[in-house]
Amino acid sequence: MNSVSSGALGLEVRQLRVVYDGFTAVDYASFCVAPGESFGIVGESGSGKSTVLRAICGLAPKASGTVQLVGGSSGEASAAQPTPGSKAFSRRVQMVFQDPYGSLHPRQTVDSLLAEPLAIHGIADAETRIERALNEVGLGQGFRFRYPHQLSGGQRQRIAIARALILEPQILLLDEPTSALDASVQAEILNLLEELRRLRNLTFIMVSHDLAVVTHLCERLLVMQRGHSVELLAAADLAARRVSQPYTLSLMQAASGFRRGQ
Amino acid sequence: MSSAASPLLIVEDMRVAFPSRDGGLREAVRGVSFTLGRERLGLVGESGSGKSQTGRAILGLSAPESRVSARRLEFSGIDLLNCPPKQRRTLRGARMAMVLQDPKFSLNPVMTIGAQIVETLRAHRRVSSKEAKAQALAALESVRIDDPARVFKLYPHEVSGGMGQRAMIAMMLIAEPDLLIADEPTSALDVTVQLQVLSILDALVKERGMGLMLVSHDLRLVSTFCDRILVMYAGRIVEELAAGGLADARHPYTRGLMACLPQLGASTHPLATLERQPEWAL
Amino acid sequence: MSHSNPSTIASQPAPGNGLSLASAAALSAHTPHPAGQSESLCAWLMSEQPRSRRQAALGRAYSGWRTFARNRLALLGLLIVLALGLTALFADLLAPYSAYSGDLRSTRLLAPSWSHWFGTDDQGRDILSRLMLGSRITLFVVALVAVLAAPIGLLVGTVAGYAGGLVDAALMRITDIFLAFPRLILALAFVAALGPGIENAVLAIAITAWPPYARMARAETLSIRQSDYIAAVRLLGASPGRIVLRHIMPLCLPSLIVRVTLDMAGIILTAAGLGFLGLGAQPPMPEWGAMIANGRLYVLDQWWVAAAPGAAIFTVSLAFNLLGDGLRDALDPKAAP
Repeated sequence: MNSVSSGALGLEVRQLRVVYDGFTAVDYASFCVAPGESFGIVGESGSGKSTVLRAICGLAPKASGTVQLVGGSSGEASAAQPTPGSKAFSRRVQMVFQDPYGSLHPRQTVDSLLAEPLAIHGIADAETRIERALNEVGLGQGFRFRYPHQLSGGQRQRIAIARALILEPQILLLDEPTSALDASVQAEILNLLEELRRLRNLTFIMVSHDLAVVTHLCERLLVMQRGHSVELLAAADLAARRVSQPYTLSLMQAASGFRRGQ
Repeated sequence: MSSAASPLLIVEDMRVAFPSRDGGLREAVRGVSFTLGRERLGLVGESGSGKSQTGRAILGLSAPESRVSARRLEFSGIDLLNCPPKQRRTLRGARMAMVLQDPKFSLNPVMTIGAQIVETLRAHRRVSSKEAKAQALAALESVRIDDPARVFKLYPHEVSGGMGQRAMIAMMLIAEPDLLIADEPTSALDVTVQLQVLSILDALVKERGMGLMLVSHDLRLVSTFCDRILVMYAGRIVEELAAGGLADARHPYTRGLMACLPQLGASTHPLATLERQPEWAL
Repeated sequence: MSHSNPSTIASQPAPGNGLSLASAAALSAHTPHPAGQSESLCAWLMSEQPRSRRQAALGRAYSGWRTFARNRLALLGLLIVLALGLTALFADLLAPYSAYSGDLRSTRLLAPSWSHWFGTDDQGRDILSRLMLGSRITLFVVALVAVLAAPIGLLVGTVAGYAGGLVDAALMRITDIFLAFPRLILALAFVAALGPGIENAVLAIAITAWPPYARMARAETLSIRQSDYIAAVRLLGASPGRIVLRHIMPLCLPSLIVRVTLDMAGIILTAAGLGFLGLGAQPPMPEWGAMIANGRLYVLDQWWVAAAPGAAIFTVSLAFNLLGDGLRDALDPKAAP
């Protein structure tokens, strides 16, 4: 379709540290995401998982560490890759936010929301691209001139995904994309994300507190607690309980529900 | 399970309607009927199913523009719809209480936690302030807060979500109500904290023989915690299940809801999705 | 997950599970649209599926209008303001007599009667005609101050709020300086320097009117800045200028509009006060404040000379207040649009 010709892109994070006013949100996180891989970051609130994502795309200030894009078309040297915060970077890496009610501008129609990235980067034939973007996320053209408050949570999240993908990035950052949605809508959105990843050969980095969702969508995951990296393991290992850290085990046990008399 | 004596709460054909944009009335709750004894009842549904509105209507906390009607709405023999407002107010807090979702928004941000608990107690009992403080500290201890004296003086924004929710439970239970309605009490909390809060609720409910109505969207969590589960869809109760009886669910909505959840280690690709049938909403 | 709109969901074809992309597109093509000519304007505006930018924007405006119109007092305020506008526009045609010349022998200080609805003043001029002509001046002052002060305040406030740091501090200190000036004293200073006149009065008012708007815009910007949609558009590569202009300012406009409308009453009173002191419009301009100043000499026996312009100021100020209140309710983003 489009970006497949430029090949998938990977990401390398080394010794990332994010400090807010003396509080260490992320303490030396390091991991590699291979091109085309689906990588998950799991943790509870305060674990720093969302902060890692924001630091990757330049929305949170880095105290130290590097974020490097790897791979790409014609094997560009690492030094030639765009850095977070630059316009070229925003064409390679995009993000879908958690709260569908907060990530769309309340005064803009779906049409202007989708036209905005195209206008910023000076991309022509906006009409066709917007129509295509809406179709790709399973929404018809009837949604094009609605305002966000006229959409349901699932529909808003689809628009957010359409907006993220309209620039045809190669890496998609997902910050708890389904935790604010009903279970039935979550299933639809997860299916949509899987399909889009397959079609466009995207690299995913997904953050969630829900182990089931993360193991469903991701191949490898990083477990974080209070800013520290606890364990890096494959999703299959987690599902089979082949974990090495007690914290990870406690997360798994908590996910299985309440046990009477405990 | 249900007590042999008459049930605590009887709801028959309850309806809650709101004025809609074009001037008509839109029913959020359309004829809900159930009874609640001294047991744990779970009310499960997605957003828009009317579950929160049901809980609020029972307590009389619906929005002022709403219209609540029912063939029967009785608590411990008292007709809630036709009793004088003063009596309803006295019942609220003293005999019927509610725990809400996010302690950030449900606790008063400008009062210390201790002051709020004391206020609740003194609204329903005549106690001296020294006695009230002692009881408040005891209440904080009963929800397994380690240093009650310290937390007593803290403001809601200074404590974590889990602790705030436990403080809210302490505040709601200090007047020893018979019925507790918990509206998504753990949805804003981390998974590990969720279980802690639920086990506190479990212990308190068992000790005091309270009736508990747990409103939630999390079908799996509710099925592990409650004795009975009511599944709501579009303002109606579509199914009633016993604890651990999720596998025997018969209504296609319940089955569909369970099928679309990703499972740790046993997910299907793609996930089954819920195809809503119009006849479910009838 | 506390909000949902079942009627919206029910009226849409189910979005599909992402696999049937083609069928979703086909579905949208078959979604029934009411036939063009036969649907009423109201239905077209209130449609849940607008088919163009224009329809969506008009629909939204219409919905805001309906909320506004539910408030009777606000409608009254709007009517009075519109009447003011029309009077100012057609004053020449509507005024029964001349506002500038009067007959000292026959029409001096006449009581209100059928021929002179509000009586005549000490120069024999018909007060009603003077009020009508004076409405032009009132409108001129109000419009000019709004046009000068509001954009400056909005710009300073949003830039300060978004930029933060040194820029924010500098702009806010400048705002503080302007806020420190009392309006009337500044007007006196202007008059002393530049001479009396309505333009200088307007300038003085405008210079002291913008700081509160800047403060308000900055406060709104500070909270908007944290939201995810601003983060999203930053991530898309938008420059700060674009973000402030296209994404933040439109959100600050509603409260700014309400604030300006509510301030109009104060501006009218200040202009009248300046006129009363002789610092604003100069005779024979029929400015309402100057008319009151004139009438105070005769207030005991010929009360109408001061009372008529006073009532006019009161009515228009009240009208702007009611309008502002109604606008605030209609533009409140928290109320369902």
